[in-house]
Amino acid sequence: MATPNTPLSGGGGPFPQGRGRAGRALRGIARPYRSSHGVGRFMLVTGTVLVVLMVLTAVFAPLLAPFGFAQVSGDDGQRFATHLEPGGDHLFGTTTQGFDVFSRVVWGARTAVTVVLLALMFSLFIGVLLGLLAGFVGRWVDRVLVMIMDALFALPALLLAIVVAFLLSEYVGGGASTAALAITAVYVPQYFRVVRAATVSAKEQTYVEAARAMGAKPVTIMVRYLLTNVIQSVPVIATLNAADAILTLAGLGFLGYGIQPTEAAEWGYDLQRAVADTGAGIWWTGLFPGLAIVLLVMGLTLMGEGLNETMNPAIRVRRLLPVSMPELTSRTSAPDAAGAGTGRERGAAGERPEQETSKDGDAS
Amino acid sequence: MYLVTRVLLFVPQVLVILTIVFVLMRVAPGDPVTVALGGQRSPEQLAELRAAAGYDRPVIVQYGEYLSGILRFDLGTTIVDSRPVTQIFAVNGGATLTLTLAAFLVALLIGLPLGLLAGRYRDTGLDASLRVFGILTYAAPVFFLGLLLQLAFARGLGWLPSSSQASPIVLARVPSETNIFLLDALLAGDTEAFWNGLEHLILPAVTLGLLLSGVFLRIVRINLIQTLRSDYVEAARARGIRERRVVVQHAFRNAMVPFVTILGLQVALLLGGAILTEQTFNWNGIGSQLVRYLDSRDYVAVQGIITLIALVVVTASLLIDIINAIIDPRVRY
Amino acid sequence: MTASVLSVRDLRVWYGTERGPVRAVDGVSFDLRPGETLGLVGESGCGKSTLGRGVLGLLPRGAKLDGEVGYQGRNLVTATPREVQLLRGPDLGLIFQEPLTRLNPLLRVSEHFEETLRTHEPGLSKEQIQHRGIEVLRAMGIPPTRYRAYPHEFSGGMRQRIMIALALVLRPSFVVADEPTTALDVLVEAQIISILGDLRRNFDTALLFITHNLGIVAEACDRVAVMYAGRIVEQGPVTEVFARPQHPYTRELLRSTISLATTGLHYIPGAPPDLVEPPSGCRFHPRCPSAMRVCPERFPEPVVVGPQTVECWLHGPDGLIPADGRDPLVREEITVADEA
Repeated sequence: MATPNTPLSGGGGPFPQGRGRAGRALRGIARPYRSSHGVGRFMLVTGTVLVVLMVLTAVFAPLLAPFGFAQVSGDDGQRFATHLEPGGDHLFGTTTQGFDVFSRVVWGARTAVTVVLLALMFSLFIGVLLGLLAGFVGRWVDRVLVMIMDALFALPALLLAIVVAFLLSEYVGGGASTAALAITAVYVPQYFRVVRAATVSAKEQTYVEAARAMGAKPVTIMVRYLLTNVIQSVPVIATLNAADAILTLAGLGFLGYGIQPTEAAEWGYDLQRAVADTGAGIWWTGLFPGLAIVLLVMGLTLMGEGLNETMNPAIRVRRLLPVSMPELTSRTSAPDAAGAGTGRERGAAGERPEQETSKDGDAS
Repeated sequence: MYLVTRVLLFVPQVLVILTIVFVLMRVAPGDPVTVALGGQRSPEQLAELRAAAGYDRPVIVQYGEYLSGILRFDLGTTIVDSRPVTQIFAVNGGATLTLTLAAFLVALLIGLPLGLLAGRYRDTGLDASLRVFGILTYAAPVFFLGLLLQLAFARGLGWLPSSSQASPIVLARVPSETNIFLLDALLAGDTEAFWNGLEHLILPAVTLGLLLSGVFLRIVRINLIQTLRSDYVEAARARGIRERRVVVQHAFRNAMVPFVTILGLQVALLLGGAILTEQTFNWNGIGSQLVRYLDSRDYVAVQGIITLIALVVVTASLLIDIINAIIDPRVRY
Repeated sequence: MTASVLSVRDLRVWYGTERGPVRAVDGVSFDLRPGETLGLVGESGCGKSTLGRGVLGLLPRGAKLDGEVGYQGRNLVTATPREVQLLRGPDLGLIFQEPLTRLNPLLRVSEHFEETLRTHEPGLSKEQIQHRGIEVLRAMGIPPTRYRAYPHEFSGGMRQRIMIALALVLRPSFVVADEPTTALDVLVEAQIISILGDLRRNFDTALLFITHNLGIVAEACDRVAVMYAGRIVEQGPVTEVFARPQHPYTRELLRSTISLATTGLHYIPGAPPDLVEPPSGCRFHPRCPSAMRVCPERFPEPVVVGPQTVECWLHGPDGLIPADGRDPLVREEITVADEA
């Protein structure tokens, strides 16, 4: 631990100490929700509700889904009718292959959440590692990595994911981890940039030098500095990336490079199958998986933008509050240039009441 | 001065991207010929094909060939159907160009005015609903949006055709000159074919355009909010300039500068979206060719198409920077 | 006595925030006669700039303006935004602190003049506009050859002169100069001051000169108003105020300036007060070396002392001060220590 007197200790958060790690973490999570307001709060809360609903669906998929994702016949062994309209036993209808659409949408949530979590973990890990490496070592390592990352960033995200998925499928086959790794390739450059920038500025911070002189280990200081600086921007980036990752996953599935239909239910794949159905007027095979994607992506985007709005002071909307001014008790002319004016009657009491009634907001 | 540096930077940038494409395509196991045709030809035939394509030579030589080939605009010959890769661009490039340009136009027409409205009336109900619109266009995958539009306008209302570049008879009737269907129809003097092609273009272009319009809306909104707060806007107000003129002449114009800068980044998004849109609407462009060759595991074709897309993206960002220098006097020299 | 160009009465500008209203300007009155320059001084954050903006009706959203700004028989506080907009430029001018960002980077200097003149004098021909623009630029020392240049081609000092030219091309009768020289170096500062001096001699322009530089006030202003925490605590002729400051704050402010005779730096202990919850009574009392028991109790009345007007209980009126009100104020060691 760095000495408590370094300026860095202030970065630990505005929370009173000694509340326990869990309590502090909880308060940290709750903070954006408490300090947000207006549109920002609406976005944050709506987004969180949507995301939580989707995650719950993913977790409890086995309980919620009436059938398996690849199940084409009931418990009685009788095959489901294909192209059944929504209603009855099949809430969202059935597909050309005889799958139950509702079950596939529910299981699809599980696939989406799993893949995105894996992808985020991978890209965070690789991005942070490479970013630290580039930032610390500098020189040619930094230059080469920056060039590679910039080049990757320039390629269309979907194209990059397709190529990686395509190549990996030769080695690993088309499972959830392949899809996750393909998506990882897309988001590594972003984390790399953030972490590298923070590392470089951490190195340049003069007070890092100062603290080093006071006896704290440079590594400790760097880690603390990086944690406090990077961790602030990670929730926003991660949430927005998660939204984008869902779309990339669906895009991969739609083109047939994602998860194979026998391994898990995947919304993008279902939509690919549904394109052929539209000509026949079958709308339910495409509508429901599509809506699931929209809801999850929208939830994550709203959450990310809401977080951004409350945590990023630069774009934070200055809250406009109505001002009520107490009337002045009387108006007489103020002293003019020659100072010939008379004093105004201006009771101290007339000016005060507003002050006591001023709201105490978050005086943090 | 700025432009010279920018153009000089272009060369290493392209080199890095091409190297990455090359390396990516070579980490796959096996040689491209065996992957694509293994089991379909005899070992002797395969060896012959390998030698013909140069895959028996050292990787560094292949790398050199790849780069020099690009300079000669030669990206090799596809393995599965022995077609020069550049011919794919010639035949199918027109369709993708038509789609992306039309989508870009749609995105500008929708995103720009809506973004200006949202920024001008920020924090009002109008702004909030426009932001929701922006998030919705982003959250809906292009293929889902395309599917909904197909259901509504092609299947439901029957106003527009749902897929392909034109009706089959019309497609067969118009001779291919430029491989840009609308242009070919005009050259042939076939106005009926032209309208037919335009009708087919509407749904794909709107689908892809809506995706981009949400992005445009956000960028324009943020930039306008920033310029409306700028010092020169306050100074213009202090000179008693009419509010409308302050907003249009000072805030809008200046908000356009960063918007144009960011346009370069959107080319990648546009091309990525085009792959999905082409697949949804059975649009025979570069994207659908990419998918076709990926399915047949033809590395040469895939490498060629990715190289082209990468080159287009990098060149587009160079062009955008040049345009930007023309708009903004500060970077003009 | 000449009639005032501008007469401000009980002007208040408050901003709404989550903590409550910020009283940036809280009951300010002053007058300006043609050709007169009033220096407005005070620490950063005392409401000087807000006052200057408020007079011209150029306040950010969410600000509330109250009181009276009398100009040509009209009250600008209650006038419609359109009326005030038409006055800004030909009647009321504003010169800003930071000239670098005040010109639209995409417009030529000539386009700035064309826009301004077309708005307020629609009858002018293109040649007349160019003539007027070039003339006023020449007066500011900008050669006519630079008329069509872009803002980024000028230095900071030149841009400030262009900004002044833009304000003066319409010959306003009242100009607010909001720290026009703070961002510039000393030589340019002297140029700008002399330009502003010419202006009021030649055109009878009244000037509200906002600055924290007392040297400039002594040099360029006729009268001075000292602002503290949203109030003008003392105003009067510059020579009188500087020679015989009547308010303890004015005294402290003058002591903290550097002159050749200065041996050590003097500063006023404590920070400027919180404008959301300003101190009770006289707002300066927590930092005042001469505070009395009455000071935190009651708001001081404006009192005329010689040619000056002062808001300080030291000068009475005696009738309002309670029996033991003049005893020195006993303070517990207050927040000042924590802040430091």
